[in-house]
Amino acid sequence: MAASEKTHNQRKVMSRADLTGRLVSRLRNEEAVVGGIGWTNFELWGAGARPQNFYMLGSMGLAFPIALGVAIAQPKRKVIGLEGDGSLLMQVGALGTIASRNQKNLVMVVWDNGAYQITGGQPSTSATVVDLVGLARASGIEKAYWADDEDEFEALFERALAEDGPFFIAAKIDASRPAQTTHRDPVHIRERFMRGLGVRKDPHAA
Amino acid sequence: MNSVQRAWHEIVRDVLKENEVRLVTYVPDNVLNPLIKALHADPFFTTFCCTREEEAVGIATGAWMGGMLGVVLMQTSGFATLPNVLASLAVPYQIPLLMIISERGTLGEFNLGQAMVCRTMRPALDSMGIENHTLRRLDEVEFIVDRTINQAVSTQAPAALILNALLTGGKVEKRKGN
Repeated sequence: MAASEKTHNQRKVMSRADLTGRLVSRLRNEEAVVGGIGWTNFELWGAGARPQNFYMLGSMGLAFPIALGVAIAQPKRKVIGLEGDGSLLMQVGALGTIASRNQKNLVMVVWDNGAYQITGGQPSTSATVVDLVGLARASGIEKAYWADDEDEFEALFERALAEDGPFFIAAKIDASRPAQTTHRDPVHIRERFMRGLGVRKDPHAA
Repeated sequence: MNSVQRAWHEIVRDVLKENEVRLVTYVPDNVLNPLIKALHADPFFTTFCCTREEEAVGIATGAWMGGMLGVVLMQTSGFATLPNVLASLAVPYQIPLLMIISERGTLGEFNLGQAMVCRTMRPALDSMGIENHTLRRLDEVEFIVDRTINQAVSTQAPAALILNALLTGGKVEKRKGN
């Protein structure tokens, strides 16, 4: 490591709400977004209604695998997996699977506050020893970056939408409570998502 | 119907193909190996290995929502890692998640760990109301696999096909001494 390079926990802590809003506002081509569980999920819900958003209600750690499946089925669409640090740490092997498939239309975004926030803020290992971008790089994801501030996040995310991936972007975020809670109706979430992806349409609309 | 008798794994491959099951995610298993090889060899299928069965289920779920039907291959012990994701993803979101499970732990099992985990499989499936069938006879494979895929898709529900040692031969170890 170069002497000038920061260690992962010396980075600017940004607002989860603000960054999620910036992410959603950059989506212009009906990109799919798969939201992992916890406050990451609530924040995505609060950032506005999009038919191409999928919200998990459990299955902790599966945001990236689900996003990978969507990306395989729809290779012309950019697919974004939005995950928290605790969830990613639960399913680390998925990074290697994604790297080995070299899934070009997949973008992974991680909000890292170093805590299991929804269960009471217990520290995760990324609060101390684990560098999530280092983990992604060691798993074979070459385009893996820390966003050091809001402008860098937007620039990296724009690049990820324009270039071939797989991309992995992580940001250190705060522990603020999201303003809203995801509406927990799994069938409605899934059906709206499938219609948003053009897989299904309203049966009356034929 | 072919006049030449097909092996169980050839029948499974052909029925998957006839039903447009294009994605295969798996965690490796000895008994499943001929099926895994046959699927890798056929470019109709997108076939790859995952690090965990949960991950394989997540990928198949995403693919189906994106318009591509898939199947997850695993061993009994791998299935035992799945109840959380079945109960919080596949069942409540009404996903036609197809699972093919090679059955270890019975009919000559040599590893007590496998024998114990096998006893949890059907109760776990039944407790979640997941349709499951055990394949024992070669002449029933085509019918059961075909009908199970059709029902899973039509009713939007997960389904499990358990490959018994009577069909596959299973995995055995010669006992030495006492």
